[in-house]
Amino acid sequence: MKTKPHFAFLDEGSKKEIRRTILKAVAIPGYQVPFASREMPIARGWGTGGLQITLSLIGKEDVLKVIDQGADESVNAVSIKKLVQSTTGVEITEQTADASLIQSRHRIPEVPLTYKQILVLQVPMPEPLRVYEAKEYKTKMLHAEQEYSGAWLMLFEQIMKYGKTSTDADHPVYVNDRYVMAPSPIPRFDNPKMNQSEALILLGAGREKKIYAIPPFTDVTSLAFEDYPFAKEDFTNKHCYLCGADDVFLDELIDEHSGETIYQCNDTSYCMERLNSNQKEEVGSVDA
Amino acid sequence: MHEQPLLSVQHLNKQFGSGCSKCTQLENRGLTKNYCPNCGTIYACQDISLELYSGEILGVVGESGSGKSSLMKCLYFDSDVTSGEAYIDDKELKGKNLFALSAQRKRYIRNHKYGMVYQNPVHGLKMNFSSIGNIAEKLIAAGNRNVGEMEAIGKSLLEKVHIPIYRMKEEPQHFSGGMQQRVQIAKALSNNPPVLFLDEVTTGLDLSVQADVLDLIKNIQRELGISMLVVSHDLAVIRMLADRTIVMLNGKIIEQGLTDQILEDPAHAYTQQLVYSLL
Repeated sequence: MKTKPHFAFLDEGSKKEIRRTILKAVAIPGYQVPFASREMPIARGWGTGGLQITLSLIGKEDVLKVIDQGADESVNAVSIKKLVQSTTGVEITEQTADASLIQSRHRIPEVPLTYKQILVLQVPMPEPLRVYEAKEYKTKMLHAEQEYSGAWLMLFEQIMKYGKTSTDADHPVYVNDRYVMAPSPIPRFDNPKMNQSEALILLGAGREKKIYAIPPFTDVTSLAFEDYPFAKEDFTNKHCYLCGADDVFLDELIDEHSGETIYQCNDTSYCMERLNSNQKEEVGSVDA
Repeated sequence: MHEQPLLSVQHLNKQFGSGCSKCTQLENRGLTKNYCPNCGTIYACQDISLELYSGEILGVVGESGSGKSSLMKCLYFDSDVTSGEAYIDDKELKGKNLFALSAQRKRYIRNHKYGMVYQNPVHGLKMNFSSIGNIAEKLIAAGNRNVGEMEAIGKSLLEKVHIPIYRMKEEPQHFSGGMQQRVQIAKALSNNPPVLFLDEVTTGLDLSVQADVLDLIKNIQRELGISMLVVSHDLAVIRMLADRTIVMLNGKIIEQGLTDQILEDPAHAYTQQLVYSLL
């Protein structure tokens, strides 16, 4: 017997529970709300948190974009897109501006998000204090008492060891001056994009069974000491070898033929868009 | 002239278990030591009242299980009291029962007003963070956000407790017990707390290190004028450090007074036994 799959895979009861969790998360910016993470057709730790948020929010009119570390075509992004499309039939896009729902792993797109969009981030480790304190009941108390010396201490230790903070991703942030939050392993480059973001940002950790959120237009500040200010990754004098962009997050590559170090946009759809628009201009100039 | 005590504790009770009809009244509980043979409730601290004045060292002696550490844990908010009140002489907190404050306010007092040195350094230090980081943790908790400043304070404190500066980035788990204890003291002192709790600080250390640590504590008291509550079962430590002493037995205070007086002329039978068994 073949059963008809439910719209957006999850049953309505599950969606309702996840939506309620999301509402609570939006009401308390940065607070990790526990939820009953469902068994999904992909393994926990592979984006099940983000996927469950996406599936519980998606409607027939939505346009979905899925990114995996900046790329639209990597295996994880493609599998998630396929699953969502085969159970909902929604339109899939690679253009950030066209999407109403964006699920992303470890990047915030280069194109600024608008108030009409929702960004869903996949989170492996939602607890910013976990390295400092292993016990969940204790970290819960630390959050309740607003005791964040642990998060600061980790940065202090890095400065002692390396002369600077060495978080390459997942640099902790204060949300709405209350909760310290793990922004998921996005590069420091993307941290400022969370501040006063027009789009709603939802973060889902399937394995750790937590959902948390940054509502639109919320203050988000990265933790930094007075004498060691927060700094984004530095790409001065570097640009994408394909599209020439120099104000984006770049991947470092080695040109196998020349052995030289080259840089490329991490956000593939942004790079493609720029290449296409450059192409059009060239054609336009020929016509004229 | 009556001086205002810095910390005053009134009628502190700490029990484990709910008690039964035979042991709930304060007088004649019919306990075996501090334990009700009928329902199994343990009365760890019974009706403890004490006062700690500015700049003094108050000693607490008693045998194992007499409630010394339970008392310390209650005062430092590590465990909740069953009943009782505590007041601190402080502008913002005057007249407020510390035990009735919110967890956030208690945390504030721990971070800003108190320092604690545990018997076991494992409880007071993060063993897998650097020594300087451990000291910074206390400073960060007290609101410092300047790395350079914290590093300078940490260095001067480590020097004070005789830890070589070139080992400041090492983790305390690689240190000997005596060094760990000294790092713990440096950490407790880092934000100049008005009140310092010392729980069996020298127990388990060898004699020369013991002397070093005691010297250090005495110096700190003289230089910084910090009030201390020193718990020990070692009368020699109490004799050296404490101005006044409280003797505890089975969760109750049985005798209190000037340290010299208690050691030279003990009144209670238990204290007499304790003093005469001193080698």
